Amino acid sequence: MADTDTGVQPKRTGLTRTQKRRLSRGAQYAVLAAAVIAFALTADWGRLQNQFAQPEIARQLFPDLITVALKNTVLYTLSGFVVGLALGVVIALMRLSSVGPYRWLAGIYVEIFRGLPALLIFIFVGVGVPLAFPTVQYPGGTYGKVAVALGLVSAAYMAETIRAGIQAVPKGQMEAARSLGFSPARAMVSIILPQAFRIILPPLTNELVLLFKDSSLVLFLGVTLEQRELSKFGNDLASQTANSTPILVAGLCYLLITIPLSLVVRRMETKALREIR
Amino acid sequence: MTSPEIRVQGLHKSFGDNHVLRGIDLEIAQGEVVCVIGPSGSGKSTLLRCVNLLEEPTEGQVFVGGTEVTDPDVDIDAVRRRIGMVFQQFNLFPHLSVTENLTLPQRRVLGRDKAAAERVAAGNLARVGLAEKADAHPSALSGGQQQRVAIARALAMDPEVMLFDEPTSALDPELVGDVLAVMRSLAREGMTMMVVTHEMSFAREVADRVVFMDGGVIVEEGRPEQVIGAPRHERTRHFLSRLLDPATAEVEEGLPEAGGPDRA
Repeated sequence: MADTDTGVQPKRTGLTRTQKRRLSRGAQYAVLAAAVIAFALTADWGRLQNQFAQPEIARQLFPDLITVALKNTVLYTLSGFVVGLALGVVIALMRLSSVGPYRWLAGIYVEIFRGLPALLIFIFVGVGVPLAFPTVQYPGGTYGKVAVALGLVSAAYMAETIRAGIQAVPKGQMEAARSLGFSPARAMVSIILPQAFRIILPPLTNELVLLFKDSSLVLFLGVTLEQRELSKFGNDLASQTANSTPILVAGLCYLLITIPLSLVVRRMETKALREIR
Repeated sequence: MTSPEIRVQGLHKSFGDNHVLRGIDLEIAQGEVVCVIGPSGSGKSTLLRCVNLLEEPTEGQVFVGGTEVTDPDVDIDAVRRRIGMVFQQFNLFPHLSVTENLTLPQRRVLGRDKAAAERVAAGNLARVGLAEKADAHPSALSGGQQQRVAIARALAMDPEVMLFDEPTSALDPELVGDVLAVMRSLAREGMTMMVVTHEMSFAREVADRVVFMDGGVIVEEGRPEQVIGAPRHERTRHFLSRLLDPATAEVEEGLPEAGGPDRA
């Protein structure tokens, strides 16, 4: 617990502030050490290694882990991100439109797609729509389906981020552009949006991290062997080998992408803070 | 004299219940420099912003170069190309370099090709004495330099008229001079200028005419030596005495505390 300097005369316990702080920190380390020791003593290490870290099984995962699973995860995520970004810009502009119905439609879209579980939207896009419109084909087959599903989900979040970014650009920028003779649309594209995207680059990258994880929902669409991404791949091989090593390796592959992205976001945020001066 | 470059007729502007402009009539001839002075909240910035329709007048007409700006069917973007505007807060585009600040509007709005736009940009940066800052970013410039770039950006569009909205109010005192010098040389070149300002020495020296506004109306106008040197109206005298020697002002009762923040 932190010391609370409320200005009230503190009770004298006979300990100085430094002593108290040292005592508190010592207690916390003691709890941590006890937990680690307890885990190390009770865990069946042989069994754990057998279940999660069998080098032989891990080796079997290559090269498909990279050339199929990781590749597909990246493809699904990026295509979903592109669709979501494009749709998100449109919805953000609709939310800021002077035409009432556009604002309402965009608001309804955001509320619906933020409120529903992503899985439900995957099933709707992957199963519901093809049944309802048998003649409609997604371009790119499964890839198109995933891009649409991920795009629909992420667009709702990105639209709110983009709208906030547009509103964070000072009003004087639009006035300066208009007074130079820019039309509203041209000012938006040439002057406002480039600045807005600079502002929202960190939250957009966070959205990309979230999408990497959401791409695992492809699992529920029924995909061919070549279309498997990391989660489906790991799951399939775990059942084939009756061992959890593939799950662990697939998990590491996600972290391989998401952790560097998070670091990039943090760098961008500190840089942005410095630029505000 | 030919027809006026700027003509304002019976102009009213309200923000909700706030009646900011209460019937303004004003003509500015070609090549004339008019300084608009007055206490904050007097409506002088709003008047300026009505000239290029950044604010839409509630009532009345505004003509620039013979075109009615307030006509609902006018191509406002085309009219604005002929009116340069300089803001208190500079409003440079922070994501672009100095040169790009000058070339992007020329290319997007006037359709000039890259080489022509860069030529015009270089010429206008030299005109405001900042040729060596061509590749800098706005954030690397002082306020005075940013404002001179903003003037150059407006000039690069070859405007017929220049509007200045308190161009030196956001500057540190020692940087004001450079900006005023640029404006003075612009006036000497025969540019039609409408300047909202608190710089009385500039108004006295450069303006052909000074307009004093208070409470949304023009209280008096005339030659600077007359309006600033020998004001006829009590309100003008009061304003000038407070401006020229703020330390002598007394705490006043009854008088409304100068109408809140000015609409920048």
